[in-house]
Formats: sequence, C-alpha cells, structure tokens
Amino acid sequence: MSVAISTSTTIAWFYACNVNDVPNNGGVCVKYDEVQIALFRFARRDAWYATQNLCPHRQQMALSRGMTGTHNGEPKVACPFHKKTFSLEDGRCLSDDTECSLTTYPVKVEGDCVYIGIMQEA
Amino acid sequence: MVSYKFCEKIISRIPAGTAEIVVFGEEPRPAYDRVHLSEFFAGKTADDLVMAPADWYAANDITLHLGDPVQQIDRSNKTVHSYKGITEAYDYLIIATGSSAFVPPIPGVDKKGVFIYRTIEDLELMQDYAPRAKRGVVIGGGLLGLEAAKAMLDLGIADTHVIEFAPRLMPRQIDENGSRILEQQLNQLGLVIHTNKNTSEVLGGDTITGLQFADETHLDADMLVISAGIKPRDELAKLSGLETGHRGGILVNEYMQTTDPEIYAIGECALYNGMIYGLVAPGYEMAEVVATHIYNSLAAAPIPEKTFTGFDMSTKLKLIGVDVASFGDPFAPADTCRSIVFEDTMKGVYKRISITNDGKHLLGGILIGDADAYNMLLQTAKNKVILPPNPEDVLLGARGGSQETGAGVLGLPDDAIICSCESITKGDICSAVEAGNETLGAIKKCTKAATCCGGCTPMVKDLITGTMKAQGKYIRNVICEHFAYSRQELYDLIRIKNIRAFDEALDHYGAGDGCEVCKPVVASIMASLWNDMILDKGNDTVQDSNDRFLANIQKGGTYSVVPRIPGGEITPAKLLVIAQVALKYNLYTKITGGQRIDLFGAHLDDLPNIWEELIDAGFESGHAYGKALRTVKSCVGSTWCRFGLHDSVTFAIQIEERYRGLRAPHKLKSAVSGCIRECAEAQSKDFGIIATEKGWNLYVCGNGGSKPQHAILLASDLDSATCIRYIDRFLMFYIKTADPLTRTATWLNKLDGGITYLRNVVVNDSLGIAAELEAEMQGLVDRYKCEWREVVESPELRKRFSHFVNAPGTKDPTVKFDNLREQKKAAEWK
Repeated sequence: MSVAISTSTTIAWFYACNVNDVPNNGGVCVKYDEVQIALFRFARRDAWYATQNLCPHRQQMALSRGMTGTHNGEPKVACPFHKKTFSLEDGRCLSDDTECSLTTYPVKVEGDCVYIGIMQEA
Repeated sequence: MVSYKFCEKIISRIPAGTAEIVVFGEEPRPAYDRVHLSEFFAGKTADDLVMAPADWYAANDITLHLGDPVQQIDRSNKTVHSYKGITEAYDYLIIATGSSAFVPPIPGVDKKGVFIYRTIEDLELMQDYAPRAKRGVVIGGGLLGLEAAKAMLDLGIADTHVIEFAPRLMPRQIDENGSRILEQQLNQLGLVIHTNKNTSEVLGGDTITGLQFADETHLDADMLVISAGIKPRDELAKLSGLETGHRGGILVNEYMQTTDPEIYAIGECALYNGMIYGLVAPGYEMAEVVATHIYNSLAAAPIPEKTFTGFDMSTKLKLIGVDVASFGDPFAPADTCRSIVFEDTMKGVYKRISITNDGKHLLGGILIGDADAYNMLLQTAKNKVILPPNPEDVLLGARGGSQETGAGVLGLPDDAIICSCESITKGDICSAVEAGNETLGAIKKCTKAATCCGGCTPMVKDLITGTMKAQGKYIRNVICEHFAYSRQELYDLIRIKNIRAFDEALDHYGAGDGCEVCKPVVASIMASLWNDMILDKGNDTVQDSNDRFLANIQKGGTYSVVPRIPGGEITPAKLLVIAQVALKYNLYTKITGGQRIDLFGAHLDDLPNIWEELIDAGFESGHAYGKALRTVKSCVGSTWCRFGLHDSVTFAIQIEERYRGLRAPHKLKSAVSGCIRECAEAQSKDFGIIATEKGWNLYVCGNGGSKPQHAILLASDLDSATCIRYIDRFLMFYIKTADPLTRTATWLNKLDGGITYLRNVVVNDSLGIAAELEAEMQGLVDRYKCEWREVVESPELRKRFSHFVNAPGTKDPTVKFDNLREQKKAAEWK
C-alpha cells in the first residue's frame, strides 16, 4: 500500500485487534475513539485494508459487514445495503461516477497484532 | 430537463473557458427527472430524481441561480433581469421554461383538497394532504392523469377514480378497443374509470366534498388532482415581444430560433409548426439542434448543421404496471392500409398494427398489456423494413415451422435509432462494441444509450451479443470475471468434486478473489447440494448480506428476526414468548404476508441472545434471510371451515417442515388451500396446493412481487404422498437448472418447452431422473439442522455477532430510532 506522506504529517499507529479476530476473507469494525473503521483481510493474497465504516451512499455504518472481492485484480468491498462497491486501494466508488468515496487508512501487521494508522499533523 | 440536456451538449462541444454559461431556474432545486416523477411516491426521494447536482454545474463552470426566475428580457441591450435582482448580459439566450398544468375554468377549483400534478412541490402538498383523504379523483384520463392516479394509489388512497371528458382513455395515443382493454386492466388494480364525463363544478364549502357533472350525476370525493393537459410557459417571451401562438407556445423556426434570432426556445414552451412537443425525446432533440447551431456560429470549423423537423411521437410507457405503447401513425385511415388485430381479454392484451395495402411495410400501431415488441416494431416502421411474407408474424411471432421472423434488431440499418431519448443509432452502438465496450455498463458510459428511460435496454443487449457473435466471439452465460461457467455447470462441477468451501471452488474452477456476484452463487450451490452449516469452513464471508448474520439487515443497520411458524399455526403460549422477547429487546413487531411475526430493530450483538430465548421456547429459524423456503401459508381448512375439503393446515405444516432450510437459486414460497375458494392464495406461489374432492391439485411457478404471474396446474387429484414426490422432483430440478437469482416463474418462462416439458420431466419422468431427484431431496431433508441453534450452542460462532471487534458488547452508537404508534421505527436515512 502506498501512502504519500508530506513532511508535516506523521502516522500514529493504534492497535486494532489480533489477526485471528478477523475472518479470512472478510471484514470487522474497529472502534477508534468515536470513529468507526472497517478493517478487511484478504487472506488469499495476505493483504490488509482499512476504510471508513460509513457507506456514503445512505450514511449506513455497514461496510465492515460487506462482501469483499476484486474487480480486474483491484480489491473492493460491496456495501450490504445496495451493493455499491468501493476500491479498497483508494476508496473511490466503482459502481458509478458519483463523487462519494471512502477515506482509507494504512494497515500494518506485526506478529499477530494488527495496527491501523491515523494521519496526524506534526 | 431540457435545459440540463442543453448544458450537457454545449459543454461537450466547446472548449472549457471559451463561453460563460449562466442558468436561471424558478424551482428551488436543480433540474430533475419529471418523466419518473410518479416514483417519488413509490419511494424515490427528490435527490434520486435530480439529473445533475449543483456540484455538476459548479464543476463545469456553469453559474446556477435557483429559485430565481428571469422576469424580464431587455432585447435591445441583450440583458436579462432576475427576480432577485441579478442582471446578466447575454450573446445567446435559450428559453426552456417548460409548461405548467392547464386548469380548466371549472367553478370551485380553488377549494382546499384540489391539486395539480407537475412539480415535486405539488407532490409534497399531495403527500401532506393524502392521509386524510378516503376517495381521490383525477380529472384527465391522458398520460399524466393516469400517472397522477398511480400516485394517488401509491399514497395509500385505495378508492381512486379517473374522470375523462373524451369517450376513451388516452384519446391521443390509443384507439377505442385499446382503451377498453386498458380500462379493464386498470379496474383490476382498483381504479374506477369514468369516460364521457364533463365536470361542471367542484362541490363543497372551503374544502372539496365532491364533483358535479354536466349529465347531472355527481361523485363524492375529498381529494382532487387536475391533470387535464399542459400550458406552455410563454409569459416571459410574450412580455419581451417575442411572437407566440394563439393557444400558447413560443414560435420557433427549424433552428429553434424565436422571432429574435439570438433567442432560442426549446422543450415544452416551444411551438414548432403549430405543435407543442410534450415528450422528453423531442425536447432533447431540440437541445441538440440549438447546441449545434450556437457551436457553429462560434467555431472556426463548423460541424454539419442540424434542424428540427418535427419528431416522431411514438411512445411506450408502463402505466401502473400496464404496458401502453403507440408508434408510427397509430390512426392510419382504413382505406389506406390494412390492419391486423390481436386481442386477449383473458390476459388483457391488445395489439393492432397497420400495414400498407401491399403488405410490405408497417405504418404504425398500438400495443396494450404487452409492449415487449415496441422497439422492434417502431424501428421496422421507421426504417421501412420489408415485412415477412406473413406480416402477422411481427405481431405474434412465427408459429410452428421455421423460427426466425426476420433478422431481429441485427437486421436494422445502421442509422436506425435504437435509443430515442439520446438519439443513438444502431451504428453507434455496434462500433462501440467493436471498439471493445462489450458490456451494457460500458455501452451506457461511452454512448449514453439506455441511460434515460431504459426502454431500449433489451435491444442494446441484443446488439452487444449480436455484434460480438459477428466478430466470432463466443458468448457464454458466465457468472462473473472470476468463474467462467454458468450456474448449472458450476453446480455439476461442485457436486462431482465434492467441494465444500468457497476457497476450494476458487482454487479449482475460478480466478482472482471472487466478488459479490459469484460468492453468494457458490455459497447457494453448496448449500443446495450439501446442506452444511453455512457459516462454517470460512464460508461465512461469502454469504449474501442477510445470510452472513442469519437475519435481515434493515435501515440503520439493525436486523429483523423471523421465527418459523409452520403453516401460520401458533399456540397462545408461543405468542407470549414472542411478546416477551420483543418487549425485552425493544423490538418493533409486525405480522408478515406469510403468516409469521417479524421482530425489527435488533442490534447485531443481541441476535444470539434473542435466538437463545426463542429456541428455548421451541422456535427455530424461519430462514426469512435466505434464498430458501420461506413460508407455507394455509387457510384454516376442514378442521374449522364449513367449506373445507381437507385439513390444509396439517398438510401445510408437513410441507413446511419437509422443505425448511432448503436453499435454492432464489426464495421459495408456498401455500395450501383447503378448497377451491383459495383463501391461502396458493396460485401466487412457487408451488401451491389446492384441495379437490379427490385429493390435491398442484400448481407451480406462480409469483407475486413486481411482476405477478399465476401458477400453472402441474397435476390434479393427487394423494398427499404423490404430491410431495412431485414437489421433491420439481424443486430439485429447479435448483439444478435455474440461473442465479431466478424465481421459478422466470425460470419456467425461459425453459424450452415450458410447462409441457416440465410436466414431462416431473410427472412422466421423461429424463429418467425422477428417482435421483427424490433421493437428493431426501438427503437434504435428512441433513436439516436449525442453523440458529448451531450458532447459539457455539461460543466461537456467537463471537462473530459483535459490532466492534475491539469492544465486544458495545452496540453501534450511531443506530437511531424514532417513535411510531407506540412502537419504534428506524430513523429515516439520508
């Protein structure tokens, strides 16, 4: 995953959960203070992604319960409500050309521990 | 709509920054889709109807003034002045003020409870008023009037009447016989139609109480919608000294120029050749003409000029679920042509086409009740395609003998218009396919075809397949990019290889990671084959939204819970348990259409606890969340009913318990009626059973829902054991062969040989597979387990019913409810 970092920004990593808490090719919702983050695990390719949990289409806290998959190799998630799909790489909506897109977060795994990164102004 | 279309067309031609575009609109919102206005009451919101949000205008550097109509045009200084006091200079001015509702001068139309049907604001006023209305009336039996009547039905006014001055409905589009059939169909939907009625007065004091007619009859009513036609909005043009017609409309030439060549008028406010064009497609055509004309006067290298020469007023629409279409010249006089008429009063279908005396060309026609052939017929008429030797084939399809009735859509010339809203030709679409746009989505994106009314979608699909075939590409009905197999092929492969997990299926027969299309298909196939616990073996995350948590996700992210109540029979003690659980977990309760009780508003974290209590009391999963057997509804039958022939409740319970948990390509519903009065409505089910003097009649492939279809009699006077054997065979055959998400009705409609073939397979065992089908079904029945019991008893599975992975037990704090009639409801979403 590539994250552009400017000199004035740093990433603060917080511990989200144990690797085994997340289903192999699915998602869970992580609470970070008042923020809800959807964390996805692609066990087949050993990749992790995180986005906002809120589906921007109907403002539902649901993406972590969505089905994951790929489109031409690009990882995506489908919202359980209306099956709008979003890229997990950059958060853009793949179903139509609407403006709504997701905030994405970097993820790192150390041993059995999964961490999610939050951008912070220096 | 037309103004927006003009903006879209002009910015696609001129380079950004070379022209400044300013839009003034009277309404408080950007252009919206009036064609689908009636869907506002069917659940669409004002935002859904918006054609382009305000951001779109901003992104394209178009200044948008909403709620601020132009009030004056100063033609000598070439400026406009708006209501809010803005003055703006122009080089070219386009008037697209549309039309307003024509309100006939009937005394009393100003009373409370009288509405017009034109804008979203009109609809909101109707919506506010409707709850206190018992009987609604619409004046006007034309296109818009019938749309308004549908809106009334959608608003919950079951007693709705339509008043038409002319002797028939839609007098401009269809003939007497067509109107009669349409009237019958509308009657069945609950509309009462009065033709030949001249309204003379609206009765009542301040508020409407009824209508008085010229023939001295009257009709009580407490809500009235007037939809008697349109009146072009030409007052601004008149005020500015532009010439207008006697009965309204801004006079324009073939370039849509008004009497001032720098001012254009387009859409329903424009009067071309003595005619107002009240449809969206000609309005879009006008926008195209003006965009081209203005472009050419600015550009150094002009493009071929376009003129408006009138427009084909052919139209197809779905009125309250009934297809109505007319095309070409539907009223060609009898001495210049011959007509072919097909009428089926049983199904409510009427078709009439007019052909030239030599039988070579199609002139026009009318289709009621079934307008599937509309696009094909329209193009046949427009392009003067030579008719087959038996011209009735174009109406009825070839019967017997050779199959093709002509080359279909592929036989049309390249300049045939396929999408009339966007003026996209067959040539445009075929070259886009040849350039590699091989899906409907890709074609929509690059040509805009099928993006407006969607009526041409089937033709576009045929063109994609046809063009690809012509290029020698092999078209297969595959599931998605990850599995290059049809559902039936994959079913056989998974069975032969004994595949039990999605990952295994992907390893053997797929590619990539799967997606939201193939995952539920494979999950459903495995459930239909093995009946294993669906959340095991890593299959939980490949289940569709509702199956994943064994409950139906509802607005706001809570779930609903439906315990099985076989046959709709329940003891008072069990009713008490449901009530206690609902009170304890604060759930909204409602009786379902399938004789069960639905408990709404359960938090994900509460689901296992709720089910633990229900299971302790003897309930089991109702599979309301699955593409599986739902309910077997029953009437009370011979145990109580004085007409009942057999005990329908006992048989319904036996059937429901046999097939409970059976997963299929789509949901399955059933019912058992104890006599021919059919109180259980078995003929609207996937399989329905009706008692006869001698046994049971078995009906199959019925459907309620958006496209209702009656079930067809498969076999009569069966004893209970034979009836169940036939159902076993029927269901297994459906499960093995249907496409994903195909209900039994659609499956039968696509099945070669139809019901005769199905009857041969199920009753006469023509394929020799009956014993195998029965054995497979028995295997599934024997392996049934209540999946909620398995979750409740497994700490590992219970753990997954948690909103936060890192804060188990904490419920989603964003879930909100509102109060409703002493219960709760989900807070409205945005």
